[in-house]
Amino acid sequence: MMPGMRRLAAILEDFGRMIFFGFEAFAWAVRPPFRPELVLAQMAFIGAGSVFIVGVTGIFTGMVLALQMNYALRQFAAEGYVGGSVAFSLARELAPVLTALMVTGRAGSAIATELGTMRVTEQLDAMESMAVSPIQYLVVPRIVAAVTMVPLLTMVFDTLGYLGAWVMGIFVAGIPEGPFLEHTRGFLDPGDLLHGLLKALLFGGVIALISTWRGYAASGGARGVGEGTTRAVVTSSIAILVTDYAVTLVALGGRG
Amino acid sequence: MIEAIDLWKSFGDNHVLRGVSLRVAPGTTYVVLGGSGSGKTVLLKHVIGLLKPDRGSVRVGDAEISALEGRALTEARRSFGMVFQGAALFDSMTVLENVAFPLREKRRDVRLDEVRRRVVEKLAVVDLGEEVLDRYPAELSGGMRKRVALARALVSDPRVVLYDEPTTGLDPLTTDSVDQMIMAAKQRLGITSMVISHDVASAFKVADRLAVLYDGRLAAEGTPAQVRASTDPFVQRFLSTWFAKQ
Ligand SMILES: Nc1ncnc2c1ncn2[C@@H]1O[C@H](COP(=O)(O)OP(=O)(O)O)[C@@H](O)[C@H]1O
Ligand SMILES: [Mg+2]
Repeated sequence: MMPGMRRLAAILEDFGRMIFFGFEAFAWAVRPPFRPELVLAQMAFIGAGSVFIVGVTGIFTGMVLALQMNYALRQFAAEGYVGGSVAFSLARELAPVLTALMVTGRAGSAIATELGTMRVTEQLDAMESMAVSPIQYLVVPRIVAAVTMVPLLTMVFDTLGYLGAWVMGIFVAGIPEGPFLEHTRGFLDPGDLLHGLLKALLFGGVIALISTWRGYAASGGARGVGEGTTRAVVTSSIAILVTDYAVTLVALGGRG
Repeated sequence: MIEAIDLWKSFGDNHVLRGVSLRVAPGTTYVVLGGSGSGKTVLLKHVIGLLKPDRGSVRVGDAEISALEGRALTEARRSFGMVFQGAALFDSMTVLENVAFPLREKRRDVRLDEVRRRVVEKLAVVDLGEEVLDRYPAELSGGMRKRVALARALVSDPRVVLYDEPTTGLDPLTTDSVDQMIMAAKQRLGITSMVISHDVASAFKVADRLAVLYDGRLAAEGTPAQVRASTDPFVQRFLSTWFAKQ
């Protein structure tokens, strides 16, 4: 086989094993014992721990978007539509995607490092030898937490992003508040918010699956753990963008 | 009690085990000696089902470990304790939480003061006092970590304990106390042990039977006296490094 083919085969095999790992995690998730305290701890780490970075990103994204939209729409004397367009972009695309990328950088990398270190120091083997499945004890809580917390963080992003846009729009760009809010209400429907939250849920699953797998499958000492972490972040980021594209395509296709 | 029959295991082109068979009688201690990288840990991981053989089988008690998967394997492991080479303590947990882990996971309704009592009792067996309970593994010396790992392996009263290089990296006094513990576990608790080691002195002290792993096979196997009398050139060389000093 040519080296390129061999590399492709290795990537496909790794992907297949990750998918199998995901099914295993699902099987363990629905089987007792349940460990709510571990899920809560991960929710605190992934969710509460990311509020600050997600909030800051949200405010600045909203502010920049408002200024950009104002600049573009003013040329058509349509600056009243700034609020609506910002809200629409945030809800469907920017909030879920940027939130997921922030969570990848902060929590995905930490998850891959922690599990990878536990793998190479035989802590995962030790846990298994004590008749506890590391998938059930470590992987499942992280996946459950990510799947629930990324949508919640996306709501934080939506809210603060819109707040940032409002401040910029009203106080800096001087857009009258009436039309700003009025057009938002007219333009944004609950389906847009749901669309974004559904994406966020998928992104949460993608981040958690990839990051836990890169840790779980780590080998080769400290260096292997580092490589696993890098791959977790890179692969998650790409997977988020690809998933985003796929979901948007399907959703818009459905609208005709 | 433990029976391995014709185990073969390769990782790619690396043929680690090439036909290993051994039998550990109930209530005895079996030591496998071998150099670094000879496949000792790989052999031990087959006994507890963390690795699957390419060929051959492993039985422990009534369970054919090498054929079990998933929940059945998890259940079968409840009668095991294992001490890992680098201790493998959970570094996000205190000593108390580490040693309590098997107890709490075995019976989730067990009372906290009862757990604590048994943890303190097992730590006393390995010469550690209550002052270490709230420390994290990173705050312990290598020898202490190993002793905590031993306490964790013994705390749920297993019938079989597997030791991966229990004395490597320990000072002579601690080595001696670990040897004493392995022997005490056998005599007082009737535990069946399998010890993996490259420490010839410890091996001959604790073993009822022993084997020397070389080039994927057992180059010698039998009682300590039989192994010492082996004419295999590698075994002679391996043992001479220590017996020469006597
Ligand atoms: N999970 C694994 N994947 C690939 N190779 C492995 C794995 N575990 C062990 N090996 C290889 O098997 C050989 C024996 O390793 P090991 O049993 O750890 O040696 P030791 O006798 O020092 O305990 C080494 O060459 C090691 O690289
Ligand atoms: Mg080893």
